[in-house]
Amino acid sequence: MIRLENIRKVFNGGKPNEFVAIDGIDLSIKFHEVTALTGPSGSGKTTLLSILGCMSRPSSGRITLQDREMTSLPERFLTEIRRDTFGIIFQQFNLIKGLSPLENVMIPAYPTGEKFTVLSRRAMELLEMLGLAGKAHAKVEWLSGGEAQRTAIARALINNPDIIIADEPTAHLDTRLSREFMEIMRQLKKQGKTLVIASHDPMVSASDVVDRLVRVRDGKIVATEQGR
Amino acid sequence: MVYAFVLFLLASVLFAADALKHEAAELLQDSPEMIVQRLVAGRQEQIPTTYIASIKQIRGVQSVEPRLWGYYFDSYSGANYTLMVSTALMDHSGEIIIGPGVSRRSAAEGPVQVLGKKSIIPFKTSDGSVLPLQVRGLLPSATELVTADLILMSEADFRKIFALADNRATDLILKVRNTKELATIATKITERHPDTRPILREDILRTYAAIFDWRGGVVLMVLSGALLAFIILAWDKATGLSAEEKREIGILKAVGWETSDILLMKFWEGAVLSLTSFFIGVVIAYLHLFVGSAMLFEPVLKGWSVLHANFRLTPYITVYQLATLFFLTVLPYTVITIIPSWRSATIDPDSVMRV
Repeated sequence: MIRLENIRKVFNGGKPNEFVAIDGIDLSIKFHEVTALTGPSGSGKTTLLSILGCMSRPSSGRITLQDREMTSLPERFLTEIRRDTFGIIFQQFNLIKGLSPLENVMIPAYPTGEKFTVLSRRAMELLEMLGLAGKAHAKVEWLSGGEAQRTAIARALINNPDIIIADEPTAHLDTRLSREFMEIMRQLKKQGKTLVIASHDPMVSASDVVDRLVRVRDGKIVATEQGR
Repeated sequence: MVYAFVLFLLASVLFAADALKHEAAELLQDSPEMIVQRLVAGRQEQIPTTYIASIKQIRGVQSVEPRLWGYYFDSYSGANYTLMVSTALMDHSGEIIIGPGVSRRSAAEGPVQVLGKKSIIPFKTSDGSVLPLQVRGLLPSATELVTADLILMSEADFRKIFALADNRATDLILKVRNTKELATIATKITERHPDTRPILREDILRTYAAIFDWRGGVVLMVLSGALLAFIILAWDKATGLSAEEKREIGILKAVGWETSDILLMKFWEGAVLSLTSFFIGVVIAYLHLFVGSAMLFEPVLKGWSVLHANFRLTPYITVYQLATLFFLTVLPYTVITIIPSWRSATIDPDSVMRV
């Protein structure tokens, strides 16, 4: 379980342009469940997600991952946790241009020092699973929105993380591709992954894949509901 | 590309300067220990060969040889040739050995005439008649810097062209037993023949050094420009990364790369880029200087000869030069490019979630 206790995130603290993005959030995320954070733009979903995924530190509050306190960990350990425990799917896909989908998928695993051939085989298996084997060696610039999304999913899975974090994953996808994405999430859930998705897309919040819906507004949780 | 171009400039300048110095050193190696000239009204005049016997008597003088040389204006090409008598051609009257520049004798306006063995060059003698001389051989192109406009001929032909009396020479060259006595011998020569001016090898060295230093100075100016370009390029790299590069670093951090992983990658990236540019720059510089006749520096380097010959430097590159270039460019560039990466790599990885 990931537990967030009284999390606050303040940007430009003490300055005239001080902005409270997260204002005292308490949240527990159960493993092997799909949690959707929903709310309007600027409600604090992305900030909450980045704190959850160890990409930024809260201004105050505590985060524990399976009883391990993470807030006070040095940067190096946080990076390690981020790499091994979390797989992140970004809103803009954030693929590195000039590289192939296969190379992009392998990127998070390079610092582990794993043998290149083993790594390459695993990345290829993931691309095959997501129906991208034929495009493995193309340039990412040439991929369609759906293909880029699936490449980003494969990249998030390369280190076999327990928790997948997705930020507005359907923002750049049409209805068919959004459905396809949710199907992939269903498969991952079946495999026992924990999924946290931030989205204001009704396709996500209304999906039966979602176990719990957390409504966020103005940096606070306004409601927590069971999924459909 | 820009980096490779800057390296090409730097390498060209460095190689050119050293090749020039090398040529100068080779040139000076063979210069005589002392030259005796005769001056009339402060100008050089022909020296009577009768002086030879009296100079030979001076203690310490090993040998005295008359030298015959002069300049000849070739109206066909509009260039001045240096004519010199060679003892090798003593028994070959009517034949000449020509420098590489002369062999490409071109009309002032018109096609280039490539001269080879058996070609004939007509010389206009001072009485107005024409003396045709046949090319017996060509001087090696390796020494083109000084031999481009040179024509070697027999004493008889030389005297014929310039109507020079048999008892006259252009100057005398001396060999001495002990070089420490040069100054004393020079003094004795001027005592016996007050109208002469002995020139020591050191004086010649100084003259040549001045010429090569001047050229070196011009080359240095170009070098300063190239160095400045390199500094600006490196500074530009050091002061900022492009938005795309920053985004990439953010992605790498977000997916679990440590700052050290990113710096290591950027180091290799910089090193590979630097080394590739280094090799491209050096190879192009070599081709430019030693194969392409230093097209860019030609106006500066060619000043030596009045003959507009194809200037070609003798290839001269040492490990020391390459090491200098390497430590001047590759190393600082690689180090400098890491700085902005380090600055970016310390930013919060969540920055990529907000682009």
